[in-house]
Amino acid sequence: MIALLHRDLMLAFRAGGGFGLGLAFFLIVTVLVPFSVGPQSELLSTIAPGVLWLGALLACLLSLDRLLALDFEDGTLDLLATAPLPLEAALSIKALSHWLTTGLPLVLAAPILGLMLNLEPDGYLWLIASLGLGTPALSVIGAFGAALTVGIKRGGLLMSLLVLPLYVPTLIFGAEAARRGAMGLDGTTPLILLAGITLGTIALMPFASAAVLRMTLR
Amino acid sequence: MTLRVNDLAVARGGVPVLGGVSFEVTPGTALILRGPNGAGKTTLLRTIAGLQPPLLGQIDGADETIAYAGHADGLKAMLSVAENLTFWAQVFGNSDIEPALAAYQLDPLRDRLAGTLSAGQKRRLGLARLMVTGRPVWVLDEPTVSLDADAVAMFASAVTAHLRAGGMALIATHIDLGLNAETFDVTPYRAKADMRSGASDEAFL
Repeated sequence: MIALLHRDLMLAFRAGGGFGLGLAFFLIVTVLVPFSVGPQSELLSTIAPGVLWLGALLACLLSLDRLLALDFEDGTLDLLATAPLPLEAALSIKALSHWLTTGLPLVLAAPILGLMLNLEPDGYLWLIASLGLGTPALSVIGAFGAALTVGIKRGGLLMSLLVLPLYVPTLIFGAEAARRGAMGLDGTTPLILLAGITLGTIALMPFASAAVLRMTLR
Repeated sequence: MTLRVNDLAVARGGVPVLGGVSFEVTPGTALILRGPNGAGKTTLLRTIAGLQPPLLGQIDGADETIAYAGHADGLKAMLSVAENLTFWAQVFGNSDIEPALAAYQLDPLRDRLAGTLSAGQKRRLGLARLMVTGRPVWVLDEPTVSLDADAVAMFASAVTAHLRAGGMALIATHIDLGLNAETFDVTPYRAKADMRSGASDEAFL
């Protein structure tokens, strides 16, 4: 398992690995929002938590295409399916490496971008906490979507359509926790619900992903 | 431990391609599968490797014993030869890649990125992967594609060494490998039309 994680991280950081794709997209979206909305700092600080969460979600979605497609094309998935490592574990590791290369940089970059969007000082802790708790769910659900569409050429559109509804609860509770925090309210309740969603998906989704991957590999 | 296939029927894309296939591979022996293109050799091998369920019949002795090598080698272009091989060794719980590098004369290439190798060199690396799995049954689908005569000889001696150590091999190929092995022609086992029922995915859903 560690070998797979090590290999995936190494591949992500080498040339052409796609590390930074999600981060760059996140950066572009949040930098462009003030230009399109206008320079009203009050309006910007109202929408900042929502924009940051939406940007993070779309950045995650953007990189899902590569999660399994490359391994499918070069035959690695076939070989992994016959390896002693259970597919459930392999997919959990794939989701973990996706989070480490996409989700975690987003969490770390969010406070800096929050500054640009004039996020209220109270909101930073809540924003980092909600993104930190919520982005793992995005990766795990994304692995499911990638497994479902892995055999399909140009399956990106189909995958977005399948995955986006599953992302909605995470987005609602994550953005709500960040919004309440920014308004100086207590965001504990949405944060706990968000943690529940994340833990639930981490526990259950790999089994669903492995089941659909076995079907798509046939 | 023997690989035993009994009255096996396999389907590809929901259409049955082979039926009533039975054979046995005992330790120390190899079985060469032959048949024209599209006869169902790949589908049969994928089924035995556990990548797809059989329509009918049983496969015994295939649990956690098979090292499968299909048309794709599972190599990462941005990893070096040694890194690719080490990864697969670790996945199968091994660590020593030196014998595999030596058997396919990959030692001079060990630090080259796999993406810069020629097709034949990639294939040699893909076959070297079998040696680091430590699995007793090698299931190989056209292993000699894009190999030159020297590399085919390397492959044949690797298989011979594997068999001498008590391993087994099931190889689909069109060329003569010079192995002392039985041949199994799949052509007479082409699926008949009446097997079509139950071939859909309904059984799975």
